[in-house]
Amino acid sequence: MIALLIALPLLGALAAWLTPDNRRRPLVLPVVGGVHLLLTLALLAETPPPALGGWIILDPLGKLVLLEVSILFFCCAIYSVGYLAYRRERSNRVLCMGLPLCLGAMSLACVSQHLGLLWVAIESTTLAMAPLIYFNRNARSIEATWKYMLICSIGIAMALLGLYFLAYATVVARQEPTLLLAPLLAQARGLSPAWLNGAFIFLLVGFGTKIGLAPLHTWKPDAYGEAPGLVGALLAGGLVNCGFLGICRIYQICLAAGTTTFFRDALTLLGFLSMGFAAVFVLRQADFKRLLAYSSVEHVGFMAIGFGLGRGAIPGTVFHLLTNGLTKGVLFLTAANIHRSYNSKRAERVRGVMDRLPWSGWLFMLALFAVTGSPPFATFLSEFMILSGLFADGREIAGVTVILLFAVIFTGMALTILPILTGRGGSDLDDSGYRDRLLTVAPPLALLLVTLLLGIWIPAPLREILDATAAMLGVGS
Amino acid sequence: MNTFADQLLVLVFLLNFMVLGSSRIGIAIRVVAVQGMVLGLIPSLIHQVSPHLLLISVGMVGVKGFLIPALLNRAVRTVGIKREETPFLGYVPIMLVGAVATALAFLFADKLPLAPQHKDLLFVPAAIATLMTGFLLLVSRKKAISQVTGYLILENGIFIFGLLLTEAMPVMVEAGALLDLLVGIFVMGIIINQISQEFSSIDTSRLTSLKE
Amino acid sequence: MHTAVNTLIHLLLTLLLPPLLLGVINRTKAFFAGRTGAPLLQPYHDMLRLWRKGSVFSSTTTWLFRAGPLVTLAATLAAALLMPLGNQPAPLAFTGDMILFAYLFGLGRFFTVAAALDTGSSFEGMGGAREATFSCLAEPALFFSLVVLARVSSSLSLSGMLNDFPPAAWFGSGAALLLMAGALFIVLLAENCRIPFDDPNTHLELTMIHEVMVLDHSGPGLATVLYGASLKLFLLGALFVHITVPFRSGNVIIDWCAFVGAMVLLAVAIGTVESTMARLRLTRVPQLLVSASLLSAFAMLLVLRQSP
Repeated sequence: MIALLIALPLLGALAAWLTPDNRRRPLVLPVVGGVHLLLTLALLAETPPPALGGWIILDPLGKLVLLEVSILFFCCAIYSVGYLAYRRERSNRVLCMGLPLCLGAMSLACVSQHLGLLWVAIESTTLAMAPLIYFNRNARSIEATWKYMLICSIGIAMALLGLYFLAYATVVARQEPTLLLAPLLAQARGLSPAWLNGAFIFLLVGFGTKIGLAPLHTWKPDAYGEAPGLVGALLAGGLVNCGFLGICRIYQICLAAGTTTFFRDALTLLGFLSMGFAAVFVLRQADFKRLLAYSSVEHVGFMAIGFGLGRGAIPGTVFHLLTNGLTKGVLFLTAANIHRSYNSKRAERVRGVMDRLPWSGWLFMLALFAVTGSPPFATFLSEFMILSGLFADGREIAGVTVILLFAVIFTGMALTILPILTGRGGSDLDDSGYRDRLLTVAPPLALLLVTLLLGIWIPAPLREILDATAAMLGVGS
Repeated sequence: MNTFADQLLVLVFLLNFMVLGSSRIGIAIRVVAVQGMVLGLIPSLIHQVSPHLLLISVGMVGVKGFLIPALLNRAVRTVGIKREETPFLGYVPIMLVGAVATALAFLFADKLPLAPQHKDLLFVPAAIATLMTGFLLLVSRKKAISQVTGYLILENGIFIFGLLLTEAMPVMVEAGALLDLLVGIFVMGIIINQISQEFSSIDTSRLTSLKE
Repeated sequence: MHTAVNTLIHLLLTLLLPPLLLGVINRTKAFFAGRTGAPLLQPYHDMLRLWRKGSVFSSTTTWLFRAGPLVTLAATLAAALLMPLGNQPAPLAFTGDMILFAYLFGLGRFFTVAAALDTGSSFEGMGGAREATFSCLAEPALFFSLVVLARVSSSLSLSGMLNDFPPAAWFGSGAALLLMAGALFIVLLAENCRIPFDDPNTHLELTMIHEVMVLDHSGPGLATVLYGASLKLFLLGALFVHITVPFRSGNVIIDWCAFVGAMVLLAVAIGTVESTMARLRLTRVPQLLVSASLLSAFAMLLVLRQSP
């Protein structure tokens, strides 16, 4: 069953490659996404036994990320049918192959318990995404792709070095060398602390590059800004969570080894740095897709702070992984609609979205509120959980700083986005003739509804998964 | 783990200096290929030969020694450049920086708590020095292909460290790493072609339209 | 055999062999070019002929110009006394003589450059500047190599470090020694102004280094310069041969013959390099010299790291 989870997207990619018709090819995506979502739900309902000698296990953390990725991908897949109908002039073969490949790699990352395999999966997502960022085939997108490819490749190479250090820590400690999670956790206390800390640094740098923690985030605004909206949604909602999955795995080892201080301090530092960077660059940012990228940097930083400060903040952070990913989907998909209609993503070239694209405009506005943590959306709940966790643990200064940064970022985003949405359209603005359609509005709407629903009511099975994940990351122990 | 492997690693150090000091991109690609092959041979030399190690060696030599250089050479031919004309840092200064980095690598390696059987061997200093060389190339060169060679050298450095673990790491992971590397270089090669079409140059210092 | 006889052989070889090396190099180059080439003993004839000629001195020169070749030759000869040949100790040996050895070359170079500057010609001044720059860059390579030798042989005297140089060291730290030998060969070529650094046969003004400095010398002065240069080649060559051919038979006569044979082989090797390589552009010369220094520094790092 798990094998099917990974094989299905690969088959989908193959089918997309074999389909000669540019018009019918995108239909592969919703089929793959839909079956994948069904499979995921089935797997969540009934946990499969470990496979491949313990290399493949679906644990609660994996379940959480898998669920988020699967929902997001399904919505993006439906959206892609509508989106690609507008982009008939361009062959979509690469896009239709890359998306399922990326889904397969992300699924593999979710279920792999061997850190080497996890690394391979995460590196594969990086590679599969590169051609997709270049979908628009112009000078700006090639520049973004090059930066993305180079920086992420180096980052992920650092992560490999970190893994080698981890394995070497077992060699120095004269233990059975392994990168399987379960034995590593079992023997973590005996590992050489020096090598362990070295491993943490390099793994943090590696996965931190992947998720775009400042100061390793420099590729992010470019890639998010130039990639098509649905690719941006998957980058911000899917790949980021896979990177966090890697970070959580290290965190587990830290906890088991009993040397969390170092890793947590580093995470917290990078987290605050990211939020600070985002706050500075969000102000006066005229390109609304780059704005979303900085919003992603902000939330990545926020989650890093959550993990870094730990304890009471963990349950909220785990929940935020899920909610943030889904909200990012709404933002990027609707931003893509606006971009398509106005042929521009500069604030001065876009006005009066509410008039021209009422659905997208409203969704974008609501998503803006959701992403900045307003009730009744689930992001409010998760952010509130993190902050109250911080205050409960007596970390008032951290909590207040985070709130202040949130305020700055909200103001910065609102200052750019509200004039875009309201305002009065004029004849000086470009009009591509694109208007809202069911296929390009329903997916973000569905994602937003899910976020809203989760803000009001968390289903019991999901609650179980969340609690189990938080327990894996040291809550209640 | 023996002195013979150590002597081969000296060759790796030399190749680092060669690639730092050469302006010809063709030479840099060849040097990286030779370095990859040398590293690929080491696992089979230092341990008792087993199918697992042989597989790694064959894969390494094949991919790093032939496949990747072929890909890069094709990219060089299509974009038609031969030299790195004006690096950010000149060739003599960068070699000196490389020498300092190598010396620091030795100092640093002595401080590391290595397993007793790995003390006094060149693996760790070689890994660090090669890693640093890769970084130096990445930050000092402007041409996209030179940066790719820098990335490859960086990977080689990581692989040298991995040599300490050849018996611990399952072959599948190494194969996966190798495959990812190959695909990565392939994708980079394609991007390089596109850069040269869009900008009629593969000078990455011209990629400046995306800025805050 | 007696020490006195060995010293005599040492002195005779030092005095008589150097020009032969030039002859061998020229013959090798002629062979590669497909010519018959000058006889092996031609350099001796050239020097004798110059010696018999009169000298012309520019009116702007002072005593410094006349002293230049003589002091250079004297310094080189003094260095020759420190260099062990054919597995026999040198006539003069004491702890730390390797530093004197290096600095005697420096002294000779200083006077050659000073004599060149003394002519007041901007042209020769340019040659002097180049010589000074390049030797500065080559010096570290020589010193690092000497440190490597001192470490490997645990001796601080040239005689000690070269004669006791254990052939087994090639197995223990072969890579380091190979690096050092490479660096020394580069120094050998650079110090003696051979291709790829400088072409002793060319008089193309823009690219000359050594030749341009001695343009104003004539007659016996020029003969002294030429002889001094060949002696320098001989000495550095002997250093190189000692390391690369650590051959000990135990029999003194065989050792001497082996030494002369190795020197001739080295001359052939230099001739081969000169025939197969092109001259470097002047701007690339410092790069190669810095590489040589780095090679030897790296070799030093490697041997210092090993427990003795």
